[in-house]
Amino acid sequence: MTTTRSVSLADGWTPRLEHLLAHGRRAGADLVEVFVERTEHIGVLAEQDRITSVSPAFGLGAGIRVFRDQQDGFVSTNDLSESGLLMALDQALGMLGLVAGSSGSSGFEGLVPLRSFADSKRDWLERCPTLAEASHKLLEGTARLEQHGQHLQVRRGSYARDWQEVLVAASDGTYGHDIRLHQSLGLNVLAADGDHRASLGRRYGTSDSPDDLRRWDAEASALELTDSVGTMLYADYVEAGQMPAVLANRFGGVIFHEACGHLLETTQVERGTTPFSDKVGQLIAHPAVTAIDEGLSQAAFGSLSMDDEGMEPQRTVLIKDGVLQCFLSDRAGELRTGHRRTGSGRRQSHGFAAASRMRNTFIAAGPHRPEALIASVDRGLYCKSMGGGSVGPTGQFNFAVDEAYLIENGTLTKPVKGATLIGEAKEVMPRISMCANDLELAAGFCGSVSGSIFVTVGQPHIKVDSITVGGR
Amino acid sequence: MGEAVLKAEPLRDQLAQLARQQGIQQWDLGASCSSDTSVQVDRGEPKQIKAAQRSAITVRVWNEAGLVGITSTSDLSPEGLSKALSGAKEASGFGNPDDIPAFSPLATAPVQPLQQPWHEPVNILNLLDTLKDAERQLLERHVAIGTVPYNGLAQRSSERLYLNSAGACRQQALSTASLYLYARAVETGRKPRSAGAVRVAYGSTELDVAGCIDEAAERTISHLAYAPIATGHYTCVFSPEAFLDLIGAFSSLFNARAVLDGISLSTRESLGQALAVPFLSIVDNGLHPGNIGASNFDGEGTPTQRLPLVERGILTHFLHSEATARAFGVSPSGHAGMGAKVSVGPDYFEIGPAGSGDPATAGVAGLDQNHHDGPLVVIDSLSALHAGVKASQGSFSLPFDGWLIRGGERVSIEAATVAGDIRQLLNTLIGFEGSAKVTPDGVCPWVWVEGLSITGEA
Repeated sequence: MTTTRSVSLADGWTPRLEHLLAHGRRAGADLVEVFVERTEHIGVLAEQDRITSVSPAFGLGAGIRVFRDQQDGFVSTNDLSESGLLMALDQALGMLGLVAGSSGSSGFEGLVPLRSFADSKRDWLERCPTLAEASHKLLEGTARLEQHGQHLQVRRGSYARDWQEVLVAASDGTYGHDIRLHQSLGLNVLAADGDHRASLGRRYGTSDSPDDLRRWDAEASALELTDSVGTMLYADYVEAGQMPAVLANRFGGVIFHEACGHLLETTQVERGTTPFSDKVGQLIAHPAVTAIDEGLSQAAFGSLSMDDEGMEPQRTVLIKDGVLQCFLSDRAGELRTGHRRTGSGRRQSHGFAAASRMRNTFIAAGPHRPEALIASVDRGLYCKSMGGGSVGPTGQFNFAVDEAYLIENGTLTKPVKGATLIGEAKEVMPRISMCANDLELAAGFCGSVSGSIFVTVGQPHIKVDSITVGGR
Repeated sequence: MGEAVLKAEPLRDQLAQLARQQGIQQWDLGASCSSDTSVQVDRGEPKQIKAAQRSAITVRVWNEAGLVGITSTSDLSPEGLSKALSGAKEASGFGNPDDIPAFSPLATAPVQPLQQPWHEPVNILNLLDTLKDAERQLLERHVAIGTVPYNGLAQRSSERLYLNSAGACRQQALSTASLYLYARAVETGRKPRSAGAVRVAYGSTELDVAGCIDEAAERTISHLAYAPIATGHYTCVFSPEAFLDLIGAFSSLFNARAVLDGISLSTRESLGQALAVPFLSIVDNGLHPGNIGASNFDGEGTPTQRLPLVERGILTHFLHSEATARAFGVSPSGHAGMGAKVSVGPDYFEIGPAGSGDPATAGVAGLDQNHHDGPLVVIDSLSALHAGVKASQGSFSLPFDGWLIRGGERVSIEAATVAGDIRQLLNTLIGFEGSAKVTPDGVCPWVWVEGLSITGEA
């Protein structure tokens, strides 16, 4: 299913957008923003040695947001006709008590010349693997799992390709155009032997890299996953309690994402749900911790040429040597909290208003070798592979640990399963006392106020001096 | 209600013509459209006001070799439909010859009419006033309640449609509304605590706003006096909502698709075998009057029905699509989605005692957490089910909000997880407390369970 997008979404839109923006400003809006998108998605699922599902989807729509003072109204629609968009804009204006039709001046001076990041990306869909190629690659993955695994009851491979073209225009002159491409690939297995069962998965993802699936090393991925599930199949359940923990690099970074990253978004400042709202310039983490959020790393899942409000992303140092530096902010966040925009306005689709969200978020590398962290623990938990997690409205976080080992006298011993890490950011951040020198990033999905978005988490190996481990 | 947005006959004619042009003989279609409005507030001010008009179509086509392909689109224009058909036709080249869906044999069978009163949407500014007032009342309930950080009042008008090339035509229109209030309370020198409540109805004017405020306030205030709990094994009492969440997270036990795929703890041979204590009954009943937003047909047009899953502890039926039903030699049960590989899922659980009076079918009688010395852990709500449940392994480890009852005194638990194995849990039920509560997700009484592992911070 290869499609050439020879016609740009931006073609012919400028007069329509200017008309809408002027219409909104004339009605009394402080700012009007229009986000137009079209999408093409394809999902492929391989089970055992068959392709069992191919699911293409495509979409078209717009989201219109109107600001007045510190309030905003947002309307999304699939109807991109002139009348459909005008009706949506009038509805958004009406939400703020504004009435269209005034003959006064709009004060809108027109859009600046389009800033397009899409020109070099027009052939990306053509360059992506065909359905046949993707299917072949997935089946290679499930075959490698069969070759290397034992007691595998279920072998699955999944591939998703998400192509999105966006156009963002606002009455402050913002006018941006971009094409995004995200590809992800997952392998999952369920192993069963008598009463023993273990299920594990791995996901790989990149952005803006059409050839990525072709470069995927199915052999290495299958070996790594079958090795882990073979170990976890016979693992005992972890004993619950408070203990030190060493979290592996890559997806271990989900701890920072959930425990702290969300609390550094201005949406949390607006709600009053972050304990860090008045802590800029203060020590909120161990001095060993420096944390960064950026949208720039090449091919990383959370990278962007521009955010969903048309702003170029930045490298934002959130915490330096334990001291809070700033928050991640979007347009509404800046308006309502005063924290300057950081190119972090993101949304799943036109159906959501943008909000301050993370991009590629990671704890910076430290000076230690990973082995030194494990060697420093008498009795604790090594979390090699993390599952999902979440953070609640009071800052409490939790994450499942998919693959873990006991640390006894500075050495990894037996595998254990069923662990959940729980705690509060305010208490755990000061306990991250050691960071290793092996920073790596991993692709993930983050669901929050503006929908599910592509992000990267990351960290080197880190040591948490004490954390609550839920188990049996 | 107003005029239908999805017009079945013109859509069928249009699709039939496009299909003929592309040489497609067999097809079906699921379509939906909706109009939503919602508001959020923050300390008396509007926070976000939203509206959305959505439309979506999924088409399936069968190619010359009988293989199935599918495509979804939000573009309902003739060009969009044509592109969807050609996309589905191309995808059908990758159809799975081992598992080919067919039209449901029940796609033209009579469906049970639903009593779903239609409410026209109210002005969004009226929604805003209602929510501002609800927030104000909740903030006034206790000095410690400083904000209601998560709140929303929403209304939706929606239509859905199923058509196929053999003449089936199902259509439904529905209006719904929902309110949620999630309060945050802080006392000096103490950690913030939060809890909330949800209400759903067929229209915003029908919502039980006062009940939602009362419940959110009561639950939030009840967590203000908290203490850590010592790690150990405790008798636990699940609230109706928490137990429904847990059973929902393990619904692959009853899912024929999951059984065929090897990811369920159940197998074909599990039917007729004991799954739980003999006094447990689980029924899936999408037609229950408490199921606001119920549909009387599934993604394949099969009528929704009441289906006993567990009777007196015995697993009796699985949830089916057309394809899984064919594989099991039974009739589709009305639990299908729509896809090249059709998903299967539950509608609305009714959970409770298998019988009444007989201790063998009712569990321990007279259970009452309010007159129990304890130690007893009351699990009010479970969190992070997406991360803490391993459905294919049967294990769970989940954070929860709740209380410890000891010496007749009830104290909120500071932070804790509950862990166990679902099969073991279903066989260590002690009994039920009180009558079944109707919730947005199902019907269930309080459920007592023996000896679950609790991890706390004491």
